[in-house]
Amino acid sequence: HKDTMAEALILSYLNTSDTTTIPDTFTWSEESKVSHQDVVGAVKSLLVDAYITADEITANFFELTSEGEQIIKDGSQEIAVLKCVLEAGADGIGMGDLQTKVGKNVAKIGMGNCMKAKWIGKAGANLVPKVDAVPEDEVQDALKALSAGSDVDGKVVQNLKRRKLISPVTRKSYKVSRGPSYAPVRVKKAADLTKEMLDSGAWQTTPFKSYNFLTLGEKVGGGYLHPLLKVRAEFRKILMQMGFQEMPTNKWVESSFWNFDSLFQPQSHPARDAHDTFFIKKPAETVSVPDDYYERVKEMHEKGGGGSIGYRYNFKKEEAFKNLLRTHTTAISSQMLYKLANQEGGFKPQRYFSIDRVFRNESMDATHLCEFHQVEGLVADYNLSLGDLIGTIETFFKKIGITQLRFKPAFNPYTEPSMEIFGYHPDLKKWTEIGNSGMFRPEMLQPMGLPENVRVIAWGLSLERPTMIKYRIKNIRDLFGHKVEMARTRAAPVCRFDTVGTVAEA
Amino acid sequence: MPTVSVERDALFTNLGHTYTDEEFDELCFEFGVELDEITSEREEALKNENAKLTKQELEALSTTVIYKIDVPANRYDLLCIEGIVRALKIFLCELDAPTYKIVEHSADTDARQCMTVLPATNPIRPYAVCAVLRDVTFTPERYASFIDLQDQLHRNLCRQRTLVAIGTHDLDTIQGPFTYNAETPKDITFVPLTHDVEFNAADLMEEYLNDPACKHLKPYVPIIYDAEKYPVIRDSNGVVLSLPPMINGAHSKITLDTKNVFIECTATDLTKANIVLDTVVTMFSEHCAAPFTVEPVDVKYEDDSVSKGYTTPQLFLRKETAAIDFVNSLIGIDLPAEEMVKLCEKVQLGPACLLSEGTVLEVTVPPTRSDILHAVDVAEDIGIAFGYNNIVKRVPTTCTVGGEQPLNALGDLLREEISRAGYIEVLTHGLSSCHENFTALRKPVTPAVELLNPANVEYQVVRTTLLTGLLKTLQHNKSASFTKGFKLFEISDVVLPDDEHVVCESIVGARNCRRVCAVYAGPTSGFEIIHGLVDRIMTLCEVNPEEAYIANSAKGDEEKYRVAREGYFYTIKESTEETFFPGRCADILLTYPGSGGAQIKIGSFGILHPEVLKSFDIQYPASSVELDLEPLL
Repeated sequence: HKDTMAEALILSYLNTSDTTTIPDTFTWSEESKVSHQDVVGAVKSLLVDAYITADEITANFFELTSEGEQIIKDGSQEIAVLKCVLEAGADGIGMGDLQTKVGKNVAKIGMGNCMKAKWIGKAGANLVPKVDAVPEDEVQDALKALSAGSDVDGKVVQNLKRRKLISPVTRKSYKVSRGPSYAPVRVKKAADLTKEMLDSGAWQTTPFKSYNFLTLGEKVGGGYLHPLLKVRAEFRKILMQMGFQEMPTNKWVESSFWNFDSLFQPQSHPARDAHDTFFIKKPAETVSVPDDYYERVKEMHEKGGGGSIGYRYNFKKEEAFKNLLRTHTTAISSQMLYKLANQEGGFKPQRYFSIDRVFRNESMDATHLCEFHQVEGLVADYNLSLGDLIGTIETFFKKIGITQLRFKPAFNPYTEPSMEIFGYHPDLKKWTEIGNSGMFRPEMLQPMGLPENVRVIAWGLSLERPTMIKYRIKNIRDLFGHKVEMARTRAAPVCRFDTVGTVAEA
Repeated sequence: MPTVSVERDALFTNLGHTYTDEEFDELCFEFGVELDEITSEREEALKNENAKLTKQELEALSTTVIYKIDVPANRYDLLCIEGIVRALKIFLCELDAPTYKIVEHSADTDARQCMTVLPATNPIRPYAVCAVLRDVTFTPERYASFIDLQDQLHRNLCRQRTLVAIGTHDLDTIQGPFTYNAETPKDITFVPLTHDVEFNAADLMEEYLNDPACKHLKPYVPIIYDAEKYPVIRDSNGVVLSLPPMINGAHSKITLDTKNVFIECTATDLTKANIVLDTVVTMFSEHCAAPFTVEPVDVKYEDDSVSKGYTTPQLFLRKETAAIDFVNSLIGIDLPAEEMVKLCEKVQLGPACLLSEGTVLEVTVPPTRSDILHAVDVAEDIGIAFGYNNIVKRVPTTCTVGGEQPLNALGDLLREEISRAGYIEVLTHGLSSCHENFTALRKPVTPAVELLNPANVEYQVVRTTLLTGLLKTLQHNKSASFTKGFKLFEISDVVLPDDEHVVCESIVGARNCRRVCAVYAGPTSGFEIIHGLVDRIMTLCEVNPEEAYIANSAKGDEEKYRVAREGYFYTIKESTEETFFPGRCADILLTYPGSGGAQIKIGSFGILHPEVLKSFDIQYPASSVELDLEPLL
């Protein structure tokens, strides 16, 4: 209300005054008897709609403190004290009497200043004059001059400031003139379209405020999906498009038998050390595995077969039956292949995939936790070759935006040949290892009962690494676990890959 | 994967070529090893934050360029510079693969060195194999490489000396025949390599356990510590050669002046012992006056546990065959048989020849290639020699239909829907401390899958609830705004002990259980909000509420359009759980065709008990739900 009053006053002044200008809103508001604060508010509001233009005026001056005001009225403390001392004559006056006469505060400040000015001195307990007459009250004069707006010597001003008799003030006011949209009466603009406007039809005549487009919209609220699981969903989609069927990997506790032995990984292999694998204290031992198959696996390790010389050592049941947290989803792949070999109607070619958690007792750092997600794909078919594996891997990686691949000979205990997959990463802009692959060894497939010319090609990668690259996450703890900031999840874009060349032309 | 450090200049001198770093990297890539790092002693020290060296100490360190090369874990012949150089030169067709020969020291075979293995070693370390290298010329570099190779083998193939331990001795300081026995520790007295005073074996073990200067030997102490008798090798004069697998005696120490080397490997695995001995012999016979020759040693097992007249090294040389068609089909190439024969030379599988009218390739597997077990290993090497990146790619042509696991499919559909309901998805660890999984939730400790070797206290058990992870997430997001309510959810697995659950004809004693868990925290408990989520999940899963449950509810329009499966009903029933506030907790009960009319509890929800909130340092009231997904399939 006050604002609108001040607004109306300004607009009408600009309309009626000869100069159509308010030279200084401060003096003007005093003359017009409105508060300057209201005037400033009105000026800012009128500026938004360009009714006026305004130039800022800055004034620096001093204001008297209450002590300063007191001195203008009564004179300075030192003059009051000096007067008392002179009145008391040559014998001087005691401190108690002085305080009674001028008051405790005045006595204290005045005495100090008189002593400094050498106007009075001490004789025993009494204060005695050292001058004959009362000099000019320079402090009072300076304060008067300042409050009258006159110039005062800088040193004197500093002294007054130090005595906290004055304080510096900066005042902002405006010079106001008519603006491009000036009108003698302001018409208020609407901020938003309302139901009332629709009902009354007022939207047709109501002027609308301009909208500030340079601020963000409101947050949408709602829920959010986790970035790693967005990538998982996309990978699953891609693998299913490629004809791969998902494996049931909801089995974290595994026997050493399925996790290692069935893959023809010897029982003395370093990966089976407690340094790499989490073993289980309870339930420590597997209850059962398929008996016949167990015997065939044992035989293959100990003596070989099917053209293999085997590892030639004593296969131990207690080692095979040690329970562990699976170190790779290949433990499940192995079970799926076993089922595929022994299903009703015999072996049928198949493509399998899985994306699930695996556990490794490795040292943890910025990119390693003791659990992570493994992506694995495999194809079981007659007479597959390394060329099929390379082609399949290329198809997959093309779909996640990696088109340049190279293959390095490598060693895996259960695949032969084995290849590390290197890719030119478009986000990292460099060649990097992006996965591992190989053809399962015949010593692994034969005991399962798969036909001799069935070969299995497989590849794997972690889900965390491509996710960290995609979402620019440096520390795996910012992706996996309870330390993830929810703001990061809220900010994560959808997961899509540059699929140049893999989408059919329309 | 083992990493071998070699000096770059020495490597290039031996290779007879100089390469740029990029060229050498490329060669490694093609061959199947990896140039992992280019560094120097000084650079290494600078990188190591723990080693605080003075400026002088740093300057004293060498700046000679070192290549760190990652080699495949099954290629023991690449664990030293000799082997790497030899393999690369052969790969580059600049060297013919050597033939390793066993050569007698004298015409009189009775004069052979001999090792007698006594039955007392059976309980502790029953096998020994030996060899002699004659007229070796050591240089400081060769000497260092010899020691490094033994360390590498001990670390990898020998599994920290548990399977095999190597001892090497100056033959001219000792006198055969030798004896491998197991003796009472106090009776084995000798000056070990690590000290210059005499110890008995019992005291020596204590010394190794406690002396910080011997901490590199401490890990091996448990291999024999508790045994009644310790393995020991002595010469004919009773001089102790070694106390396997711990340490050699100082008496027979190899020096730069050593000419004749006696090698013994003691083992619990005879196959591996022979591989280790063959590796050492094939690598270092290069420095013998007659290169690649080795002198045999008779190993006599007194109890005939290993065949009589066992002579080592075996230099295990064998033939392996692979059909030409098989190799071509496996790799996906079409190489003529003669080409394959030539490629075999490149990968140390020569000499190779053709059998059965040129349809079968026969290769020679040298003792250096213990990794060759089957024709596929031959095929792989031919693939490497051909070049993996030259193989024409193709795609398997059999048509298969893609598909997903029903449980994962349902989980993904619900994830979308629950996030649509305003919940933020989290992904938390499957491992938990026992305290946070049970006690912090005010639950008694019940059976859970427990780790034998947890990495730390945070990972003692496999979680039996998802709630802990969600509450810890709230705890770590304390600074976020709770004024409008903070909603989290996760769909993942917990693991429960179960010794009847069968997967693939096998029982491990545990089973995964897929759960949905959600939590709300805000200015008020949000009990109704979580309750609403329970109803929403049931609606989404086509499950009808029981009549009695919704009799008093205002029936919204949605009720009119509800779609539900026949025979599926749910209801909720007030219950008591330690985790929840008294009087604010309910079980979720499901009746389904398989339940035989019974109501089965599939989960529960409630206001979290203030003491639970306190355990996780949560300042706001909160409610949660956790339920099994599998019954809703």
